[in-house]
Amino acid sequence: MKHRFLVLVGGLVVPAAVTWLSTMPVAGQARSAGARTSGSSAKAYTAPHTPDGQPDLSGIWTNATYTPLERPKNVTKEFYTREEALELSKRAASEEAEQTEPGTIPDVHYDFTQFGLDRSQGAMALNLRTSLIVDPPDGRLPSLSAEGQRRAAERAAARKSRGGPHDAVQNEPLGSRCILMDRNGPPMLAGAYNNTYQIMQAPGYVMILTEMLHDVRIIPLDGRPHLPSNVRQWTGSYRGHWEGQTLVVETTNLTDKFAFQGSSENMRLIERFTRVAEDSIRYQFTVEDPSTWTRPWSAEVPWKKDIGPIFEHACHEGNYGMYNTLAGARAEEKRAAEEAAKKRSPK
Amino acid sequence: MRKWLRGALTASLGLTLAVISAGGQTRTYRAPRTADGKPNFNGIWQALNEAYWDIEAHAAAPSPVLELGAAHAVAGGLGIIDGGTIPYKPQALAKKQENYANRLKLDPEIKCYLPGVPRANYMPYPFQVIQGPTYIMMIYTFAGAVRTIYMDEHKEAPADSWMGWSNGHWEGETLVVDTTGFNDQTWFDRAGNFHSDALHVVERYTAASHDHLLYEATIEDPNVFSRPWKISMLLYRRLEKNAQIMEFRCVEFVEELIYGHLRKKPSE
Repeated sequence: MKHRFLVLVGGLVVPAAVTWLSTMPVAGQARSAGARTSGSSAKAYTAPHTPDGQPDLSGIWTNATYTPLERPKNVTKEFYTREEALELSKRAASEEAEQTEPGTIPDVHYDFTQFGLDRSQGAMALNLRTSLIVDPPDGRLPSLSAEGQRRAAERAAARKSRGGPHDAVQNEPLGSRCILMDRNGPPMLAGAYNNTYQIMQAPGYVMILTEMLHDVRIIPLDGRPHLPSNVRQWTGSYRGHWEGQTLVVETTNLTDKFAFQGSSENMRLIERFTRVAEDSIRYQFTVEDPSTWTRPWSAEVPWKKDIGPIFEHACHEGNYGMYNTLAGARAEEKRAAEEAAKKRSPK
Repeated sequence: MRKWLRGALTASLGLTLAVISAGGQTRTYRAPRTADGKPNFNGIWQALNEAYWDIEAHAAAPSPVLELGAAHAVAGGLGIIDGGTIPYKPQALAKKQENYANRLKLDPEIKCYLPGVPRANYMPYPFQVIQGPTYIMMIYTFAGAVRTIYMDEHKEAPADSWMGWSNGHWEGETLVVDTTGFNDQTWFDRAGNFHSDALHVVERYTAASHDHLLYEATIEDPNVFSRPWKISMLLYRRLEKNAQIMEFRCVEFVEELIYGHLRKKPSE
């Protein structure tokens, strides 16, 4: 057993660290290769094609990043210099590695220098952008529409009426419940770890496996209509087509159980995947949801080639954390009740 | 010994599979090819049998849940096992019977756990094959389970898992998948048939027609069974134009069952 464990560490984590180092010079070329600005100015890289004629997106990829979705309030420019971006990445990596105090319980539970939990141990594209949001130009989410404000207030009230965060499993965050995480989306955004994807293509389909929650989207390319409007899914109804070198995926039929940055079930999401270099995909998405925002908004995330294999992420099956969280909350309540009873009758 | 056994099994399976009996007439079906010249198994497939209740032959029986009446009653089935029964070791048979008696508490399917192999293939839901030259993916409806079959990068399982570690290769018309590295948590069906973490499954997928796959698997687990045994069935292509794998994120459906007893009581 111990031997097997060592194999895992040796096979997955150590090469990942090497990849990070080798990422630096490659990322440095990003500026001249056109990754700095989106779209038309990119130097013409033509992806190889699959036997059925699709531009080839297949492989193992990561969208790991330290770049925030929204531009920090004290930053006014759209791009950092390469030196600034490298410095910020370095700082973020060291903060991530030291975010728990040595010797504390969180430190034992989450040692970010171990097992690839620290993003800097794996492959990561260097992103010069100061925010993932590229539109609106200020790099920040647009303001909420009137309906969006009303719904946000309703949601907050509903949350309150459901009781405390640990009163029942249904009050816990979707990620802790192993139902949906930001890696899964839609849209797919990185978190602290496991930001790994595998893309495979077969005639008529593109398949995207997200390591987190072993979640698969099999995107049909045959122009079939969306699911009937009454059929709602956590990840919606997704249909794809090729526009030149770009895979365009439209997602609708979402539920109101999942809110992406406060989105509603009416969100229409357009994702675009373009292979811009042998080792890079440009992932762009546009969110249209007048029920939430006053205008559509868009973001862009560089994906970088990573190494496999992707191992099984059996989250729900091993969710001891959920059991312990709820059981712990009940134990705390019991203790508090006993202490209160003792105070009432001090004999 | 084990190597010899595996060799013998592979050889005998190869013989039976090279020739597939269709409508009494014996012939070999040659599947359409992928771009790299391999039999093309891309598609959405589903088993149509009653093995998900019990892989051994069994008569119809009432539902284990009174309220579900006939709607969830056990459908009778002839089983999928060559020779009819599973060659359990005596102690293992006792455990199987205990599993059966406590199946409402113990069946991993009820808890939305990853179903393991071969069970995933004959649950009453479709699964999709996405086939490439280096990987073949099998994506299942139930619990969103997924298997990667490594066609070139054969290696030992880096750790135990629910769906195991699958190395594949082609033998003519047949995709052979050798899977190890299982944990001991999955079952074969709803009747408590089980295995240990020594489970070793060798599956053979062979096109019997454009729309049928012959699915055979040899199951070996010296901790539980006195000898290797074999299952076989057909998998059917889902031919509906709009067929797709629907989301079945069942965690949400079982949370109250699993964690409901830890819910805060209103009186407190």
